[in-house]
Amino acid sequence: MKTSIPIKEISVPKAAPSNAQSEAVRQMGVCNACRYCEGLCAVFPAMELRRQLTGPDVDYLANLCHSCGACHFDCQYAQPHEFAIEIPAVMANLREETYARHVWPGALAPVFERNGIWIASITAISVALFLVGFIVFTDASVLFASGSEEGAFYRVMPHNAMAGLFGAVFLYSIVAICLGVRSFWHSTGSQGSVSWRSLWQASKNAATLRYLDGGGMGCMHESEEPSNRKRIAHHFTFYGFLLCLASTTSGTLMHYVFGVQAPYPWWSPTVVLGTIGGIGLIIGPVGLLRVKREQIDALKAKPSRGMDVAFLYMLIATSVTGLLLLVLRATPAMGLLLAVHLGVVFALFISMPYGKFVHGLYRYAALMRHAHEQAQHKA
Amino acid sequence: MTDAEPENLSRFHVLVAGGGNAGLCAAITAARSGVSVCVVEAAPRAWRGGNTRHTRNMRVAHEEGNGILTGPYPVDEYMDDLMRVTDGQTNLELAELTINASQELWDFLAEQGVHYQPSLGGTLSLGRTNAFFLGGGRSMLNALYRTAESLGVTFFYDTKVVSLDIENGFFESCEVVSQWQSDQPETRKLEARAFIAAAGGFEANIEWLKEAWGPAAENFLIRGTPYNRGAVLKQLLNAGVASVGDAKQCHAVAIDGRAPKFDGGIVTRLDCVPFGVVLNANGQRFYDEGEDFWPKRYAIWGRLIAAQPDQVGHVIIDSKSIELFMPSVFPPLQADSLEQLAVEMGIDSTAVSQTVNQFNQACRGSNFDHTVHDDCHTEALEPPKSHWARPIDTPPYYAYTLRPGITFTYLGVKVDKDARMIMHNGSTSGNLFAAGEIMAGNVLGQGYLAGIGMTIGSVFGRIAGSTAAAIVRN
Repeated sequence: MKTSIPIKEISVPKAAPSNAQSEAVRQMGVCNACRYCEGLCAVFPAMELRRQLTGPDVDYLANLCHSCGACHFDCQYAQPHEFAIEIPAVMANLREETYARHVWPGALAPVFERNGIWIASITAISVALFLVGFIVFTDASVLFASGSEEGAFYRVMPHNAMAGLFGAVFLYSIVAICLGVRSFWHSTGSQGSVSWRSLWQASKNAATLRYLDGGGMGCMHESEEPSNRKRIAHHFTFYGFLLCLASTTSGTLMHYVFGVQAPYPWWSPTVVLGTIGGIGLIIGPVGLLRVKREQIDALKAKPSRGMDVAFLYMLIATSVTGLLLLVLRATPAMGLLLAVHLGVVFALFISMPYGKFVHGLYRYAALMRHAHEQAQHKA
Repeated sequence: MTDAEPENLSRFHVLVAGGGNAGLCAAITAARSGVSVCVVEAAPRAWRGGNTRHTRNMRVAHEEGNGILTGPYPVDEYMDDLMRVTDGQTNLELAELTINASQELWDFLAEQGVHYQPSLGGTLSLGRTNAFFLGGGRSMLNALYRTAESLGVTFFYDTKVVSLDIENGFFESCEVVSQWQSDQPETRKLEARAFIAAAGGFEANIEWLKEAWGPAAENFLIRGTPYNRGAVLKQLLNAGVASVGDAKQCHAVAIDGRAPKFDGGIVTRLDCVPFGVVLNANGQRFYDEGEDFWPKRYAIWGRLIAAQPDQVGHVIIDSKSIELFMPSVFPPLQADSLEQLAVEMGIDSTAVSQTVNQFNQACRGSNFDHTVHDDCHTEALEPPKSHWARPIDTPPYYAYTLRPGITFTYLGVKVDKDARMIMHNGSTSGNLFAAGEIMAGNVLGQGYLAGIGMTIGSVFGRIAGSTAAAIVRN
């Protein structure tokens, strides 16, 4: 509980400030006096612990919001009511603003505006650089090389160059993301050390997408008809991504521990995990794109920065090019496909701190704070 | 009746006027019996559902708790509560019927897709007696509408009933106007073999309220839908249906004076009265603010304020109390001195200072505790403050404006246990039925019990739906 009462800061419900934080404070002021939605998700119980919301408070609540849409359809104050409550939209907007507010380095914050264009450009440049790089550093003929025998990929791009480049960019991205999340965590208030219990609770809630179900009814996208499509599509995406990560890890082990060079046979963990994960990483993002398309405007961030769509297409491009590479690696298309696949993966890695990817970590941090403060509140 | 074009004529077995909880329960029940049903809803789709959209729970009797309901609420206890709040002003047969049938509502609504949740912050006192809808009344309505649509019920939104053709207590047809708020209203005629009135009360009809309250009603705020204008009720009474309930009574509570004229709903509540003093426009106190806990007193304060000049009251509290009540949707006025606060409130600052000083000097007792009837009271002050009286002396000072907020009206049509309307001459109508607020006065003759309006709506909606379907099938 906050003890200070800066009452003057409460804005009058009818005002319409342009800033996403003050708009969220205004709208949640209505929610905090109503509380009918407190059973739907984590956002409203977290709100109730705060009598007077501040900018950082609503940043935290925005990242706790999973955008299930239920509170919009359940709200008696949603437009056309004069209070004009649009929690999913204001939260979506605020989430994207939060990523920009805490990005490392701060100078890259503008990348979050018109994010779709940035991501598309980075991908195109990255693919082009790999194509040019292959030609310059080896020779043009590698683009039409084929081969599924051991070490075939590394004749196109030497292993050390590949591992060094991707290792470096991956490391950079991880560091950049951690610095961003750390800044977000500190800005939303400090409540002492986080317990293992809250970590475990947050992990369970994240793994099951507990708050992407409208409190048990399901998500609502285009109407008040509940459905679980978004949750299922997100599971495909997330677990597909994890399997792909496991595939890469197993590849690294194969190389360094067992001394076997890629490409790996179809029965190897690397290929099996990568194939299943890659398929999940097509089904999931396609499903999410469909849900996104059907979503009514009242649920969407305004203005649209293209962040979700850019990330989903990026994931689809990664898995499609990866699977094509697997299927066509014995044909002369291998060289070209490898260049394209590596270009896309490189773009995915480098853009991770500057796109939708970060939502997972911000949300995990918010879930952790929520688990922690709920435990404290009950104690 | 004017002549309607033949292409503008539709026929249904059962016509339901009003798309709130009662109307939907009636429509679903009738449609499940295999008859054709239409619902005429005066509001556009976005505003559908009458006052159900502002509700949150329903009072249901049950022999034991179920994990969400925290304990038993036997029929007898429910009955005692009803007798207490109504002071016996109820039709005993219908009251017993309602409370008995309320035991089935949890399962019935769950079957229609309604979900429940435990009662959480701020409403814990109702966790045993009332079933809380997950996501509130609008979520509950959405579930009922989805179910009704899947059963083939036809909905006419933005459509109001303009005239009923009733011969000797028998409904023949009615004329309705769609898009009635637009430049191109569309008139059509609906024929049906049974008519169920579930169109609510007349609390949004200021002219009608003025008949009981005089010009003061102009300053009333209507907490719910602006579409409850009593048009169907008036036509039924004109067609010879017997009335029930006091025409001059309405449920008036004290709410935030800055609330919108209509549809402010739950967020306009203000729970701070017991922690301060309430002054009228002349800067004078007029009633014991600490008589009892607010949930037991908010309903009389609407009436008290309606009797004050300009129908306005001003609560003044100091910083000791600002966190003791639910957050308000509108921020309070704030000042570092009472004089300055009076200026912001627009009332005479000398009168305000004098009233507060007198109050402060009369305060006795030192064991302030807002959760019990504590010993903080006034001595030799008129009117007294019986509990929670602490000097208002710690700046900053805060003020809220109070106005009467009208929740519902009591006047309705008289019905029997089959939800059939009773005519003025004592006979029973062959095919006129009523459910919900339009007949709630049969059970709730006065007073209020949280969540009982919804109980009456669902119970009589189901009865009306099944009896209406039965006469159609015969």
